[in-house]
Amino acid sequence: MNIAVPSHMTLPTGRRAAPSRWDFIAFPLIFVIFVLLALGAKGTFAPIESIRATPISLDPAFLPGYAVRTVLRMLAALAASLLFTLTYGTLAAKSKRAEMILIPILDILQSVPILGYISFTVIFFLNLFPGQVLGAEFASIFAVFTSQAWNMAFSFYQSLRTIPHDLDEASRAFHFSTWQRFWRLEAPFAAPGLVWNMMMSMSGGWFFVVASEAISVGNEQITLPGIGSYVALAIAQRNLGAIFWALGAMTVVIALYDQLMFRPLVVWADHFRFEQAAAQSTPHSWFLNVLQRSRLLQRAVRPLSLVMRRVMRARLLNASVPGPIVTEVSARSGVADRLWTASVALAALGAAAMIVRYIATELGWSDVLTVFRLGAYTLLRVAVLIALSSIIWVPLGVLIGLRPRLAEKLQPLAQFLAAFPANLLFPFVVVVIVRFDLNPDIWLSLLMILGTQWYILFNVIAGTTAYPTDFLEAADNFQIHGWQWWRKVILPGIFPYYVTGALTASGGSWNASIVAESVSWGQTHLTAHGLGAYIAQMTVAADYPRIVLGIAVMSLYVIFFNRVLWRRLYAYGEAHLRLD
Amino acid sequence: MVEAATKELATPSKTVLDLQHIHQAFARPNGTSTVVLDDISFSLREGEIVGVLGRSGCGKSTLLRIAAGLLRPTSGQAVYQGAVVDRPAKGIAMVFQTFALFPWLTVFENVMAGLDALGVKEDEANKKALAAIDMIGLDGFESAYPRELSGGMRQRVGFARALVVDPVILMMDEPFSALDVLTAETLRSDFIDLWSGGKLAIKSTMLVTHNIEEAVFLADRIIVLAPDPGRIAAEIEVALPRPRDRLAPEFRAIVDDIYARMTAGHAVAADGKDKSELAGVGMRLPFVSGHRIVGLLELLAAAPFNEKADLRALAQRLHIDVDLLLPATEAVQILGFAEMRDGLLHLSAAGKIFVQNSADDRKRLFAEHLLRNVPLAAHIRHVLSDRPDHAAPRQRFSPELEDHLSAHDAEQTLATAINWGRYAEIYEYDQRRHCFTLTPEVTKTPVAQSPVSSPSAPAKP
Repeated sequence: MNIAVPSHMTLPTGRRAAPSRWDFIAFPLIFVIFVLLALGAKGTFAPIESIRATPISLDPAFLPGYAVRTVLRMLAALAASLLFTLTYGTLAAKSKRAEMILIPILDILQSVPILGYISFTVIFFLNLFPGQVLGAEFASIFAVFTSQAWNMAFSFYQSLRTIPHDLDEASRAFHFSTWQRFWRLEAPFAAPGLVWNMMMSMSGGWFFVVASEAISVGNEQITLPGIGSYVALAIAQRNLGAIFWALGAMTVVIALYDQLMFRPLVVWADHFRFEQAAAQSTPHSWFLNVLQRSRLLQRAVRPLSLVMRRVMRARLLNASVPGPIVTEVSARSGVADRLWTASVALAALGAAAMIVRYIATELGWSDVLTVFRLGAYTLLRVAVLIALSSIIWVPLGVLIGLRPRLAEKLQPLAQFLAAFPANLLFPFVVVVIVRFDLNPDIWLSLLMILGTQWYILFNVIAGTTAYPTDFLEAADNFQIHGWQWWRKVILPGIFPYYVTGALTASGGSWNASIVAESVSWGQTHLTAHGLGAYIAQMTVAADYPRIVLGIAVMSLYVIFFNRVLWRRLYAYGEAHLRLD
Repeated sequence: MVEAATKELATPSKTVLDLQHIHQAFARPNGTSTVVLDDISFSLREGEIVGVLGRSGCGKSTLLRIAAGLLRPTSGQAVYQGAVVDRPAKGIAMVFQTFALFPWLTVFENVMAGLDALGVKEDEANKKALAAIDMIGLDGFESAYPRELSGGMRQRVGFARALVVDPVILMMDEPFSALDVLTAETLRSDFIDLWSGGKLAIKSTMLVTHNIEEAVFLADRIIVLAPDPGRIAAEIEVALPRPRDRLAPEFRAIVDDIYARMTAGHAVAADGKDKSELAGVGMRLPFVSGHRIVGLLELLAAAPFNEKADLRALAQRLHIDVDLLLPATEAVQILGFAEMRDGLLHLSAAGKIFVQNSADDRKRLFAEHLLRNVPLAAHIRHVLSDRPDHAAPRQRFSPELEDHLSAHDAEQTLATAINWGRYAEIYEYDQRRHCFTLTPEVTKTPVAQSPVSSPSAPAKP
């Protein structure tokens, strides 16, 4: 019986087996990627002496190799994040009790400055693989992982919680096993949101991979081969030319990454959009087109996709779940829930007490006060910077968004700028500050917003593009112009988008403060007063109680800021400024 | 026809599914519970289509989900093939109002999904899926995605997916109500042809609907549910031969009979028979705007109806489904502007005055009737005038309503109270602050004392 199986998993095959011209494009590309990855991976499994034996060189010829190593770290971190997302998110969504702990933890983890605790993780991983490069690699990958995983897990959890009621009922009524339900319903439904968050995570990740390759903890100095270490050495040697080379390499890497990985992913995920209506604009990817038109590749992939289909069909974990009881909660489970809540609260209190005791071993109230005061400085910086960049980018973003053709061209640029690791640009700003003898307390602040301001810009552009044209036409028709137009027409319309952008920018700025408030150029060290500089200095000094204190206070500030400002703005926008 | 006849001969036949004293209550945050279904018992027998008919909010979809094992009842049980249904049972397939197709799967994959779940071998599954797609008239659309299809085509996929697993019972939850009139009619006829043609392995079908004509067209037996709480109001056998002619006098007689029974439910409420529960602040209000009420009254007053009309004619005139007219007819009865007598909607004395009045006088009359006949509106007004700042948050009223109604009904009732109150200008509502305020002008207007009030009292049948 030979029945054609129409399926998106088994892509259509050509009548002839002869290679198409697309094969000649697809194959070299794919093999180059494989070879580069294999070469890069080789250095990972070497003893730590190999790093010391071959120090970083500023010769641009080494840059491609370094770039591959950096990309590999990113890929490893992304894979780890994905694994984490699928397990953590699933657990939180499926178990009420797990949710009670996991979601607040995730919420806090999101607010903890990643660069703050790098020193701990480095030591942990170095001890895990003594004398191996792998330990340092893991530390770096872990830093990137922590910058990527949380929002991905949140997105997945949110998707699982908002699965459309009717599809949930259909999959239960038709007896899907847990396994089938995951592949047929949950994973596809979550895919678009997850891919979007992966992209955001990647953008953030570049910053941390660069920051985490060359770390000095106390007297231990570890330099993993990579673009970040290259830049660190260039800074130490005051080599502006080398920094230009690094910038170029980074630009190429990010562009390739976007074209070869994320464009295809976005196009693929578009397939899983939930809306029943046909889309007005579907994304395109030339690389995906090449892959799909390459006959040889299709043949090679075909057995794989058949296997995938079999796997997805499998009736694993076949438990048909009894219908939920939607009546009063029975008394017994009420007691159990309360016991659970109590023990969770107790554990949290215990953990808090441990942190306080650890800090209290060496530090007194004056330290705490100092840290809070420094935190206030950084808070002031973040607030002023967000306000300033809003004043600049909101009007510009609106003006760009109103011109669709311009927006189409500039939107990828804004996203690219957001992905570009701002720490590579730090040396230029530092050179200027040193040259003109500017006040570091003011001018170093610019570095904090350098990489994060673009979130405001591209969210505002997105908001304006999504703004219904008939509202604009109505405003024109009623002669609404000038300030009134901004206040009554456009600003309320883009508000939710702006809040998203500003929230991301503010979180990123807190994180960036750790590398931005304390910078160097050769032997020149510039330091601003702030919590970021405090954490950076304590990391160099390996003063662990103070690092913990610094991180704890910064997390408190971020959480406070989120709760008091951003959450409320979100809620306000949700309640009053929705366009539907 | 022959098959239909044998099917009828087969009764009284074996019971396929037995619903025994189903009682369903939903917990509310304040600790109390709302009863949605109250002691429902009936059974599905082999060879019949049972229609469960009721207005929205009477718990008919909940009942279907309990029967299908998607929901467990608070008490009572559904017994299917000798076993209590406590989970989605094998052999019960569902067709959904919203189609519930997986948008990322093709037509073919959607149909296959149910077979995969049952572990049917791939070759056989392929064959069955293609056969089902063919049977339901989707030939050639196997590799299309749901979003490329029209509503009618999507529901055909929904049917194919349900039929391909060879179910014993087919559960249909308002399967035609998301479709336009023509498409729905075609699909109904196609389904009934398959059913009567004996091409389906299904033993019994349960159809949940709010559409009276649809129920009479399809079902062998109709269970009419009354709302608040959902309970069986009537059980009606439809012994008409298939294919049924909607214009046949026998068909119309059954439809009119059911209309009378369903609208009688409102008359009882307006009558005040069950005053303690229904006539208080917690009276459920239909979701109809003030303007639609005025529109209905004007239509009723004018030629060709001249102050009385049957609902079907009114609906035809408005070019809407007759079921959509029910909330508006309920509203004009609650307000005392019209009443249901002998299957006809009669304009009341107050209704006549209302229609003849100028816009301002209409508002005054509307306000008066609203305050007299809708306890909730009077209550809101009262609270507002009692408060020194003449303002009260929504929260002041919604928990009170939820003591009597489900969360959904409470919200809808409050929305209606807001709309009518705004129209009558007896109070205002600020959507941003979720807050009621008193309309300044109204404080001057005398309430419920104008000369037109005496003839406006609803005449009781």
